Amino acid sequence: MVASKGPGCGPTPDLLFGSGLLLSRYFISDWAALIKKKKAFARRWNSDGPVVSELESSDMGNKQTIFTAQQLDAYQDCTYFTRKEILRLFYRYRDLAPQLVPLDYTNQPDVKLPYELIGSMPELKDNPFRQRIAEVFSEDGEGNMTLDDFLDMFSVLSEMAPRDLKAYYAFKIYDFNNDDFICKSDLEKTLNKLTRNELTEDEVKMVCEKVIDEADLDNDGRLSLEDFQNMINRAPDFLSTFHIRI
Amino acid sequence: MAHGGSFTVNVCEKDSDDERTGESGPSQKSSLLFKEPAFNVQEYPEAIQMGTFIEHLDSSDSESTSSSERSKESLNSKPRCSLQRNNWSAATKRVLSSMPSRTTGLHSSAGIAMKARRTPAELPPRTPSHDSLHTPRVTQEGTIRPDLEEVDGTKYLVGSRCAESSKEQLVSDLRDLSVSEGMRKLRAMPLSLVDKREIRKCSFSPAARNSLNRNLFCNNLLSTYISRMWRHCTFTGHPIVSFLKLWNSSLKKLSGRYGTGVLSYFLFLRTILFINLLLFTITCLFLVIPQAIHPPPTDSRLNSFTGIELLTGTGYLSQSLMFYGYYSNVTIEMNQLAAHSAVTHMVPYCIPTAYFFTITISFFIICIVLVYSMSKSFGKSFQVFKSTGDLSEKVFCSWDFKVIKRPSIRLQSEKISTQLKEQLSELTSGEEESSPMQRCCNLVIHAVAWLICLASIFLSAGGVYFLSNSRSLVVAIEAYTKQHFGPHHKNLHLLFTSAVVSGFNLLLPGIFNLCAWMEKHKSPSTRVYVSIFRNLLLKISIIGVLCYHWLGKIAEIQDHQASECWENFVGQELYRLLLMDFIFTVLYTFLGEFIWRLFSQIILKKNRKPVFDIARNVLELIYGQTLTWLGVLLAPLLPAVQIAKLFVLFYMKKSSLMLNCQASKKPWRATQMTTLFITLLCFPSFLGAAVAVVYTVWMIKPSSGCGPFRNVASMFESGKLWAERMKDSQQILSWLIRAYYTFIDNPLFLFLPTGIFLLVIYFHTQVVDGQRKIIRRLEKQIENEGKDKKFLITQLQYLYEENNPDSSH
Repeated sequence: MVASKGPGCGPTPDLLFGSGLLLSRYFISDWAALIKKKKAFARRWNSDGPVVSELESSDMGNKQTIFTAQQLDAYQDCTYFTRKEILRLFYRYRDLAPQLVPLDYTNQPDVKLPYELIGSMPELKDNPFRQRIAEVFSEDGEGNMTLDDFLDMFSVLSEMAPRDLKAYYAFKIYDFNNDDFICKSDLEKTLNKLTRNELTEDEVKMVCEKVIDEADLDNDGRLSLEDFQNMINRAPDFLSTFHIRI
Repeated sequence: MAHGGSFTVNVCEKDSDDERTGESGPSQKSSLLFKEPAFNVQEYPEAIQMGTFIEHLDSSDSESTSSSERSKESLNSKPRCSLQRNNWSAATKRVLSSMPSRTTGLHSSAGIAMKARRTPAELPPRTPSHDSLHTPRVTQEGTIRPDLEEVDGTKYLVGSRCAESSKEQLVSDLRDLSVSEGMRKLRAMPLSLVDKREIRKCSFSPAARNSLNRNLFCNNLLSTYISRMWRHCTFTGHPIVSFLKLWNSSLKKLSGRYGTGVLSYFLFLRTILFINLLLFTITCLFLVIPQAIHPPPTDSRLNSFTGIELLTGTGYLSQSLMFYGYYSNVTIEMNQLAAHSAVTHMVPYCIPTAYFFTITISFFIICIVLVYSMSKSFGKSFQVFKSTGDLSEKVFCSWDFKVIKRPSIRLQSEKISTQLKEQLSELTSGEEESSPMQRCCNLVIHAVAWLICLASIFLSAGGVYFLSNSRSLVVAIEAYTKQHFGPHHKNLHLLFTSAVVSGFNLLLPGIFNLCAWMEKHKSPSTRVYVSIFRNLLLKISIIGVLCYHWLGKIAEIQDHQASECWENFVGQELYRLLLMDFIFTVLYTFLGEFIWRLFSQIILKKNRKPVFDIARNVLELIYGQTLTWLGVLLAPLLPAVQIAKLFVLFYMKKSSLMLNCQASKKPWRATQMTTLFITLLCFPSFLGAAVAVVYTVWMIKPSSGCGPFRNVASMFESGKLWAERMKDSQQILSWLIRAYYTFIDNPLFLFLPTGIFLLVIYFHTQVVDGQRKIIRRLEKQIENEGKDKKFLITQLQYLYEENNPDSSH
């Protein structure tokens, strides 16, 4: 009943646990109902046993593996998320297009969600930089995201990510033309997005000049990653603002 | 090549000359050190095949060094467009591509990552295997900058080699580190997840990979089993985990609507809730439960329960676990337990000792927690770098990515644009000079405002003192309540003092706000700080007066009438204050926020909602917490009351906020404010409470009619008594007693840690100071370097154009 994958997983404890569940189902019907309820709740938020995530398909009580233990370990080691959060993010990802995303990720299916779907998440929907965020974190650079990209994005935007990492990606986001420098045109775009075109052209120009004046350390008239990081280091609030709660 | 060498040497000399003009001796070393990576042009000799230019440079070198000052000035005055990239010669670009700003980052992972991520995009698709590894994150326009395309005949090669070798280097770097350290590094690398997984596969052995994060080794079956059980435990322990992340979804909603500033209030509320939970757990485990198992005989007269006791804390409640008076001075001999178990030398559980140590230890633990969170918060907000101007910060860091609600997003962009406009107008107009007349006027207004505030604070404190002291007034109120509410509510008059105190706490902030409005502070941060300071002053003075009244007067007077229990009285007073504060907060939320919104929307027809006053709300939280800390000695279950209060407060404030308020337009430095709040909680609040508690424990004689300490001279004495008893009965624990005497009774050991602590602080400030100095020097150096670079590039370009005038376009 439990599909265990991966070499490191012996069957014993898991079967024990499973049979325990079975027993309880047979003997005490009320408890069985309760546990079922809990399971149904847990499948959304939790991981369980060695095959770390199982999902009961609606009628039969079959369980299906989403990730192998190895995959989950890898995700855990490469992002700032716990298992539970990874699974939760998977479900968020899947909820965007249930018909596109399979429930079985053990053989790494090549699934990409188009930008329109990613951008419709409530966390991003009204963010003026949503397109840039999606572009920066997507592998194809057009905002179409695989699950990996998706996890990557929220890992960087999570609470745990260090300042340098956040600064790097913030730099990428503000670097609209991808030339590894924030130049005047990038700044203008950023400002217009920030203020919803509230400032006049002259004001935008002035702000751009001042910003470059302030932050440009090597005087090349544009902001490199080093300039940007240096500036970020002085901004105490950056860590708390460059953060999306999931 | 030799020319190349001379070229760099010349530059070095010139540059150190610059340094000398700018800086004195000691900086020399650091500057030279920093120069090294900057001029690794030599390492890329193939990049500088331009002997002709260098000859020219050599010939004009003396000139350029002598006139470097002048040319720099002229450079600065030149418009920036002279440095636009689009019409540079290939040679200049080649030099540029090997410039330090592009190579210094090479050793940091970010630099490597930048290369790794950039190069595939520029790479022609000749390495398909490579491409499948990281599909390029290309530019959105699909076009690659023309100049990069031109230059990178050689750079492509270098780039592809770099990507391969940098990856290998990363892998080997990670191998050298310990597993956890390597993991941390890997996580912080700005690579895509696919690449990270690849690197992880290469750099960590499978065994290490499996054991990561779980601190368990999966080498044999047993440990596999354990690890699985552990995982299972974490699964079933989910409710606990989710409780620790209490209110996560609500917090998300709130931050999505109101941003980081309002969020900081709720986070602070949660912090206080956790502190109270901790306090409650400790007192409950070691004090309340043992006493509840062995209830002392109670006075049957007081068993009638009317409900009003819940408000006043008298009657039935005074004979409950809630208050000090109920606790007995018995020693629980665990006879039954001892009979069953083989252990014959059972340690008797002595309630007074437990009382004493529970309170001491819980205060100690809370102190540690507070200092820890304060230092963490300081670490987050502390700025080594002095901010030169914050326009750039405003542009890049002020957007709150958490905000997801559409109206709030609109509000946020409005806020940012007004702030930007304000700052711009300041920059353009400069400091506006106010006339002496105006300044004088301002001064008078400030003085008047402060006078009003101080007078009102003084009056309210005096009023509280008078109210709690004057006997005749108390009698009059007692008679009044008896007359109006009947004899059943005979204790209602006790509520009067606490109601008055809470009333002051409710009304005076309004007066302060009025004063602040009158003063018209220029910077909003000054305004916030001033209002926080005034509120704090009010709260401190009221609590101070009350403390003086309780500990100085009540404790002394009641001592003579041995029948009554002054500890109970003070505990009840604190309980009433806490409750009253809560009731008034509810009233304020309802009247001040809900009714006011209805009023302003329906009658005044304004589409403006009241603003959520973070400073005021936070100070109310701090005030309540101070009361709790003060009261925990005399009413051990007070933290439970506070927990309930905070729970209700959270939901009430949340719904009121959602319904009635809008986010403040004032700029709100969330990080700094959080630090300030924690500091306030630690410094006047906790420290004051701790001082009062220590004074009570140490100096005041407990009343002889009730409580666990009824027959000792002071509460502290009971600890000593216990120690002596222990010495007689338990030989093993005698070392503990000796340690107790040497450490706690000896003032030297009080001063020694304090001295060491101060020394450590001093050293830390010195180190930070030094770092700041170094940073300033390095910044200056970078600036100089930039100027040099600019000069050299223009020189190069100039020479190039001179040499072949036809290809200048």
